[in-house]
Formats: sequence, C-alpha cells, structure tokens
Amino acid sequence: MHAVTVTPAPHSAPKPAHEWAVELVGIDKRFGPVHANKDVTLRFAPASIHGLVGENGAGKSTLMSILYGFYQADSGQILVRGREVAIKGSQDAIGLGIGMVHQHFMLVETFTVLENLLLGHEGGPLLAPAVARARKEVEALERTFGLEVPLDALVSDLPVGVQQRVEILKALYRGADVLILDEPTAVLSPPEVAQLFRILERLRAEGRTVVLITHKLKEIMAITDHVSVLRRGAVVAEFATAETNRQQLADAMVGRKANLEVEKAPAAAGPVLLAAEGVNVVDARGVTTLKNASLTVRAGEIVGVAGVAGNGQSELLEVLSGMLPFASGTLTIKGETLKAGSAYDPADARRRGLAHVPEDRLKLAVVKEFPAAQSAILGYHDDKPLGRGWRLDWKRVTAKTAELMERFDVRPRDPSLRTALFSGGNQQKLVMAREMEKEPDILLVGQPTRGVDIGAIAFIHKQLVGLRDRGKAILLVSAELDEIMALSDRILVMCDGEIVGELSAAEATESRIGSMMAGVSAGEEQ
Amino acid sequence: MMDSYFWLLSLLDSMFRLATPLLLAALAGFFSERAGVVDIGLEGKMLMAAFAAAATAAFTGSAGLGLLAAIGASLVLALLHGFACITHRGNQVVSGVALNITAMGLTAVLGNAWFEMGGRTPNLPATARFGELTLPLAETLRGIPVLGSFYYEVISGHNILVYLAMALVPLTAWVAYRTRFGLRLRAVGENPAAVDTAGISVPALRYQAVLIAGLLCGIAGAYLSTAQGAGFQTNMTAGKGYLALAALILGKWKPVPTLLACLLFAAADALQTRLQGVVMPGLGEVPVQLIEALPYLLTVLLLAGFMGKAIPPKASGRPYVKER
Amino acid sequence: MSAGTGSDNLPWWATAVLLPVINVVLALIVSAIVILAIGEDPLGAMWTMVQGALGTSEGLGYTLYYATSLIFTALAVAVAFHGGLFNIGGEGQAYLGGLGVGLVCLAVGDMPWYLVLPLSVLGGAAFGGLWGAIPGYLQAYRGSHVVITTIMFNFIASSLMVYLMVNVLIRPGQMSPESAQFDKATFLPLVQDMAAAIGIQMNPSPLNFSLFLALAACVLVWAFIWHTRWGFALRTVGANENAARYAGIDPKKVIIIAMALSGALAGLLGVNEIHGVQHRLLLNFPAGMGFTGIAVALMGRNHPAGIVPAAILFGMLYQGGTELIFDYPSISRELVVVIQGVVILFAGALEHMFRPALVRLFTPKPAGV
Repeated sequence: MHAVTVTPAPHSAPKPAHEWAVELVGIDKRFGPVHANKDVTLRFAPASIHGLVGENGAGKSTLMSILYGFYQADSGQILVRGREVAIKGSQDAIGLGIGMVHQHFMLVETFTVLENLLLGHEGGPLLAPAVARARKEVEALERTFGLEVPLDALVSDLPVGVQQRVEILKALYRGADVLILDEPTAVLSPPEVAQLFRILERLRAEGRTVVLITHKLKEIMAITDHVSVLRRGAVVAEFATAETNRQQLADAMVGRKANLEVEKAPAAAGPVLLAAEGVNVVDARGVTTLKNASLTVRAGEIVGVAGVAGNGQSELLEVLSGMLPFASGTLTIKGETLKAGSAYDPADARRRGLAHVPEDRLKLAVVKEFPAAQSAILGYHDDKPLGRGWRLDWKRVTAKTAELMERFDVRPRDPSLRTALFSGGNQQKLVMAREMEKEPDILLVGQPTRGVDIGAIAFIHKQLVGLRDRGKAILLVSAELDEIMALSDRILVMCDGEIVGELSAAEATESRIGSMMAGVSAGEEQ
Repeated sequence: MMDSYFWLLSLLDSMFRLATPLLLAALAGFFSERAGVVDIGLEGKMLMAAFAAAATAAFTGSAGLGLLAAIGASLVLALLHGFACITHRGNQVVSGVALNITAMGLTAVLGNAWFEMGGRTPNLPATARFGELTLPLAETLRGIPVLGSFYYEVISGHNILVYLAMALVPLTAWVAYRTRFGLRLRAVGENPAAVDTAGISVPALRYQAVLIAGLLCGIAGAYLSTAQGAGFQTNMTAGKGYLALAALILGKWKPVPTLLACLLFAAADALQTRLQGVVMPGLGEVPVQLIEALPYLLTVLLLAGFMGKAIPPKASGRPYVKER
Repeated sequence: MSAGTGSDNLPWWATAVLLPVINVVLALIVSAIVILAIGEDPLGAMWTMVQGALGTSEGLGYTLYYATSLIFTALAVAVAFHGGLFNIGGEGQAYLGGLGVGLVCLAVGDMPWYLVLPLSVLGGAAFGGLWGAIPGYLQAYRGSHVVITTIMFNFIASSLMVYLMVNVLIRPGQMSPESAQFDKATFLPLVQDMAAAIGIQMNPSPLNFSLFLALAACVLVWAFIWHTRWGFALRTVGANENAARYAGIDPKKVIIIAMALSGALAGLLGVNEIHGVQHRLLLNFPAGMGFTGIAVALMGRNHPAGIVPAAILFGMLYQGGTELIFDYPSISRELVVVIQGVVILFAGALEHMFRPALVRLFTPKPAGV
C-alpha cells in the first residue's frame, strides 16, 4: 500500500473547527464469501472535494453505503467532526449531516419536487405548514448554491440533469454537510457535467465536503482536491490531486501498468453487410428515441459507437438485432432490405447470420437461475442439432456447452453450475462464445467488458479483433471511450438519439469525440 | 310517478347499505396497496371478522364487543400477511390467497364446533346488533315531498357503521393527501428506496398500512354479521372482498372514485333482486346473472384498458430489498 | 416466486423432500391446535382420517378420485407458474372445462366411452383453455394482471354457468338445475369394475379411468416443460422475460399459450367429475378443487413428481375428513380447507422463512477464518 499523507487542501474556505469532516477507520465488510471492504481507512477534509476511484466492484459503493447507514461495517470506526459515531441507518447519517446522491435517483416520480424534498423531513404531522416552510428554505438554498429547480413540477416530467439537482437539493435541505455523489456523471452529457461541477465547487466554497465516486479519471483530475484509489476492497493509494496524474491513477486502479492498446492490423474492409437508412424508433410514450439513424458496417471492420449512456445506443442495438420495431426507415442485412413493419425479430436476425452480445448481460443475455448449459443455448434453442424435433436433448446441449467453455476458457468448466454463480467475466465469455460460435457474418456487441476483470478484457478484445480479421462485420457500442478508440476502425458518435458524426480511427481523438458526444458540432468546437 | 320515486328511494337506500362493506374493505385495500402491499386477503379478513363479531355478540349479547373481536381477528390475519410479505418478503398474492382459504375453513370449523348449526351462528337479537339510527328531524320532515322523503328514506335510518364508512372517505383522502403519514404512505408504494434513504423505516410504514387495512376489514366484517345481517353464515362474504378490490382498481386507487365504484356495484346488487323477471323494453328479460357478473366484467374491461388505464402504485406487489 | 430455484445450493432432496415435509408437519400442527381448541383429541382424529383415507378399498378409491381432480388443477397451476404466471382461475377454468365435457357427452348420444373420451378431453381442454387464454391475452396484450382477471373470471364463470344451467341446459320439467343424464354407453369405466375384470375385489367408489388420464398428463407436462424447445421457451419467459425477448421468444405468445394450457389442464377436471362420475351437467361441481390445486402445486414444488404425492395427500385429507365427521361430529370437513390454507401460507408465502435456516444447516462452515 502506498503511504501517502494527505493534507487539507489550501483553499480559501472558512477555517473549519475540525481537522476532518469524516474519518473512516479500519472499515471491514464481507458479503458471504465476498470481501467487499478490507480494513479501509479514509479521511475527508472539510471544505474539499475528495475523489474515490476504482474499477467496478472495487468496493467504493459499499464503503459509501456504510457511511450512509445502508449497511453496517463488520468492524471499524466512523468519526464525524472528530467524534466517534454509530450509524445504524440512513436516519443517523442524515442526522449527522451526511447526504448521498445515489446513482439511481431516490425520487418518487409521481410526486412534485417539493414533496420529494419534504419526504422524511416534514417537521410535523400535517403537510400544509411544512410545505410553506420548505418552500422558503429551499428557495434560499437554491440561491446560495445556484441550484435552479422548478419546485412544483412532477419529477417524472424533469430531465435527468434536473432530477439530479433535486437529489442534491434534497440532501442539502436535510442539512447535509458532507455530500456523497455516486457516479453522478454516468447519465449526464458533457455540458450537464460542467454545470454539476460548478455546483460542486460552490458547495466547497460554502464549506461543505463533497465525496465524488467515479471511475472517470478525467473528472477526478478536473475537480477534486484529494483522491483515494480502491482496488479489490482496499485503499491502495492516496494522492493530493495536484501531485498526481491520470497514468499514475490508472496504474493504481488496475494494479499494474494498464495497457488498453490492442494489437491489430489495419482493416481490410469488404462489402457492406449491415446498413441502416433513416431509421426512427418511437417509444411507448411517443418519444423518438432513435432519430434518423443511418450507418453502414462492412465486412472486416469494427465500427464503434460512442456516446453518453442513454443517448440512443441501446435503441440502436435493439433495433438492429430485431428486439425493437422501427417506425420508419430501412435496414439492409447482407443485401436484403427490410422496411418498417416487416417481420423481423431476434430469431430471424440469428437465422440471417446476425449475432448480438447485449449491453446488459444479466438482464438480457443469460438467465441467472438456469444452469450454464441452458444459458448457453439461449436464442439457439431451436437449433436442429440440439435435439430431435420438438425435443431438446440435454446430453447434446451439455456437450456443446462444455465445448464452448473450453474454447473461451470459461471457469469453472461446469455446464451444470447455475449461471449466477459464475463471475461477470466468465458469464461474458460464455455469452461471447455462444454468439461467436456460428461465425456470424455480423456481430453486434454492447459493453463487452462491463464488469469484467482485466484479464478477461484482453481476451475478449482479442476475440473481437480475430472475428474482424476473419472478414466479419462488427458494430461495437461502449461507454468506455478508451475501448472504442482501441478497437474501432471507424467511430460513430451519438447524442440525443442521433448519430451526430463519424470519424476514422486516425482522426479520432478523445476531445473531438467528447465534444461531439456533447452535441457540439465541428464548427463550434471550443 | 310517486310510486317510481319511492321505488328509487328504496333502491338508493339499499345501495348505501350494500355499499358499506364494500367501501370499508376497499378503503382497507387503499391503505395497503398505496403502501405497496397487494391485498387479495380482504375477503378472508372480512370473513374472519364477520365470524368473530357474530360469535362474540352471540356469547356476550353486545354488538360493541363483537366489533372489537372482529377488529382483533382481522388484525391477526393482517399481521400474518405483514409477517409473510414484509418481514419474509413472501409473495403477496400467495399470502392473500392463503389467508382467504384459511379463513374460509376456520370460520366453518369453529362455527360448527361452537354452535352446531352447520356453520351458522345463532340469530342475534336486535340488542346484540347495530341498530338503525333515526337522524334528527327525520320524522318531522318526512311529510315534505321529494326532499323530506329523500332525507327520511335514504339519508336517515342506517346504522352507525354506514355513516362511519361514508365519513371514512373524506377522512382517508385527508390522511393520504394532507398529512405526513399520507405522504410517506404514498411514497413507500411508489419508491420504497426513496423512503428508506430518507431515513424512514419501510417495514414499519408498511406494517402500519397493513394494520389499518386489518382494522377496516374488521369493521366491514362486523357490519356483515351484526349490522346488515343477524348472525354469521358460512362464506357470508361471498366474494365481497374481491369486489372491493375491483372497486379499488376501478377507482384507480383514489378514495372518491373508489367510493363511486362501490356505489355502482352496490346499485347493481340492489337492482338485481328488483329486476328479477322484469322485461326491459327492447332488451327483453335481463338475465340476473349478467347483472351479478357486471362488476367483474367492468373490472376486466377497465384493466384491459378499454375504459382508460388503471395504473397501480409502482412498487405494489414487490417486496422491498435493499440494493447495493 | 422466481422459477423455483433459490440463489443457494441446497441438496436437491432438501428442496424436494425436506421442505415439503416441514410444511406438512407445520400444517398438521396448526390443525392439531384447531382440533384441540374444539376440544377433541388431535391424534385420534388424525388416525381416523388416515384409516378413513387408506384403511379400506373404498376409502382408497375416494382418496385417489379426489387426487385425480387435484392433479389436473395442480398441473394447471404449475404450467402457468413456470411461465411466471400465477393462475388462480383454476376453479373457473375447471367449471367451464366441465361444461365442454358435458356438451360433448350430451351431443354424442350412445357412442362407446372409449370413442367419447378423446372428444370429451378435447371439449374440456378447449373450454377450460379458452377460459385461461382470455386472461392470458389480456395480460400479454393489454397489460391487465392475470391474478386479478382470473379471479374475476372465476366469478364470471360462475354466473355464466348458473345462467346456462337455469335457462338453457336444464332438463325440461325438472326443478333442480341439472342437465339430462348422458347415455350409459358413454360412462367412463370405474376402477372397481376394471379391477374386478382382473379378479381384484374393490368396494364401490367414484374412482374412474380419469386417474390414468391424470397420470398421463403428469408425464406429458413433465416432458413438455423440461424436455421440449417450447418448454424451454416457457421457462425462459417465466425466469426472465427480457432475456426471452432477446432470445427471439415472443413472451406475449408464450403467456397466452401457457394460460391456455393451464386452463386446459384445469378443464380436464371436468372429465373426472362430469364424464367419470356425475354423468350430467350440474352446478358447483369443481367444489373448490381449483383453489386446492394451488396448495397441491406449491407443496409439490410445481413438479409432477411432487404434485402426485401432494395430490394424494390432499385426497387423503378430503376423504379422511369425510370419515372424520362420523366419529367426531364436532369437527367438520372444512378442516381440510384450513390445512390447505396453512400449506399455501407455509409452502408459498413463507417459502423464504425456512430456506435460509436449511441453507445454514447444509452450508459447511468455512475452513479457517
């Protein structure tokens, strides 16, 4: 473990009464066999922004959930403003001035903003006086921190960025002195991120402590004063942000030199295998979630799709794979054109030689409760060789699964083990194995390495490049810009349901893609 | 003309009598389901309560003690429902079905053993029942045409539980929309995680809601056997709990529309006996069974979205599990 | 109620045998308390029940006759369950299924029973299946919850049957709402007659050929759910509807088919009751068996191999209960209904209560640490 001392940042905020706003000392937490936090000690200085980085599953969220009273630590102490405290529930945490903005917002969508703010902080059995008082107090808070929110609007009518402001306001209204934000930028566009950061700076200026949980190093460098790195449940490094850099943080996060470079030869692109022309998707509420999408993917190339999560990438994958119907436009798969309303579903897509590794593995790609062998035939359960007529022959299915597991190094190699009991990386390898087994001409891949350990990432990347080199067409959607840039031969950028631009691998830089993701066209780039 | 006016008055009068148990049970369902706990067990709680009220009134001769016993019995079942669904995160529908079947069996077995009348309880004398109240001036105003007779026939002359049930509608609306408890109740049915992170106990809130449902079903049951009826009969609820649930759905989980749905069902019920054998112009004889099935048909049509959409509280039916 | 498998690794026999046994024992303890409360002797009462259910060939016949109906209604619950649906409309589906069976039997005249049987099976399955498929359709395409609609369909079925029996199907010149009797040639053979043919003497009971139909249904349901591509699709929809969509399975179709199959199975109760025993259409013949099927299915862990013994157990309770009231007049046969409710409570709603304790019992303590 690096032994780096952290000193409070030299900020001009009023001198606090205590050296530390919050101290976590020797926190240890297990969930059954999973050791989520190992003897973690962290100290947050008052009037500062403290970053907490680490890969998925490093234990960041568990640690903060302990501080917020959602879980109790097995051992360790929590000190708030120098005094040891027992936090047995969110009530205690709130009472101690700790607030949290969860990754999934904790808002009642059918309530107004004001009702959400009031919840748990009503101050009396009747609502009428509480509403009047809250309105006054909240308006004052809004002015102090520059948090504009329409108090009488229904939460369900507000855009995500505003909902997040409601969450921050809620924490402040409940008297939060220490504010924890869990991956707050995952759902925001770059301008919204900038706005959020201005709010966080304002909070710091007013003497509040902010803990920012993220896995985006750029954000850490942009806004924090200190940063702690978690790996496999333990604190492995601490820095004053001014004294570190992204490479150093990245290395600390992964535990060795992080190398996202993928070895690959230049693409030898062949004929177009997959094309979309002016495709629109309209959801149940009548909102157009995918606007006028046109793209081509050629044999022997990987086309990457970059964008902030929730900007139409999911709809793009689902419409191409036949899971979502499209309202207008055409799809062309290996030369055959489909119009809106033509019969096209995932089974049909597979018959045409299009395979799909979906973004959300547990929600779509496997059935947790099934044995691995049954997850391994999902989508291919109608294949003739797996049975006779109506029947499924489990001997053949099991043999097939064992073969897939061998080829993609899925561990443990036990086709009868329940799918849920495999690690994320091994589940993903099983899914990749299943989808690549038939050498599909077109492969759609969403978030191939989300929740996957480093070793498996390299393996998965190699498989994708291998498939490309065998002349197949690959469309890759990923939230990890690094992954997109490392694998893609061409890059499409999506924003607000539209494909807003295309870059070749050579011209793609992080900043160019970033400003396109934010909806800034090439001309007005800063 | 006058005849049909009095026919209408007597129809309205029975409508209120028949609507009362439905309304009490539907309001019980309102509290439970707005808190996110589906309550198929309204039927069983009412049945158990009806039996407890009749048995107690038969032994003690007191309708008041009967009511208390009814509430007690219903609360026990409500607690059991809470234990299964809140504490042990069991399937709420299965739990409700279990309670209904248990209540059906238990009331029959105990009734038979204690009273040896084939599951019935002895006929209660008027003193052991909730009597009809004549409202002030009802006799005096009776002579006044139209309004006076309306007051006498429809408004006055019900027992106290009828008035209680009607008064509970505005009270429920007030509690749900104007109080801290109501705010939290509605929140926990929509997004329990929001309630939990606000430092409020989700189980405690849901238990309170489930117990209120028990209380109201208790009153509904007592009404059936010691106010509307004069004793308990095997399976005397005869689907009223399900009907109340249907009214709650038809009322889109809101108090006043739920009241209207209850009144509609009760009017259909009151009409049923009056329409027996009546030939409707142009339609011929309306089958009684069609009117009987009307509430169920309406509910199915509504749920299918043919009459506007009924959207249940978002978290209803789902046990609350903290997520990482 | 996920598709029957928890997130732990209990040995199969603990799930398949131990848990149901614990549930039965608890249910029996509760009923013993009820019997004590009535002031009778629980052990004596239970012995009388076992004697009554198994002690004579007549009792055994009745037990298996009840079990036959329960196998059908429990299989109905199980098929829907594997598709992620809770069908509490078995009662109404059985009622309508009986109507289908009855109409077939009335229509065929004096055709011999072995030719009528396939038709009456078809009639029962079609009517019951339709009564299940409508709520299935409404769930799949209109989003109305199948639990509520099946409850409503039970009541609608009841009203419909009363209307038909009173106004349409009643035998002219008769007061009670019953149809004419079927032709004797159509009657399903009774097991006692079949046994007599091979020289085994059995006292009369309503146990009939439907028992074999029920056992065949068990095998077919088992093969369907676990050994066909359709069964795989059904279980996938039940476990994870999104994954099913991804796999190219249309959940809407599967839901309708599952409910239709479920209703069809429940409808076969009509073959046992109407074609096998009553030989005419009448009111209220499902007699709560549709609801008891829920308890049987939950206790049998929604697997035919569990459903058969569970159905026999409940058959024993029904038959034993009838015997019980001769010896213990203060105990009524609704005691069975209590036991049924308690089993649903323990095996269904409180399934999570005992499981963790069992898991702790079976999980080896981690070495070291």
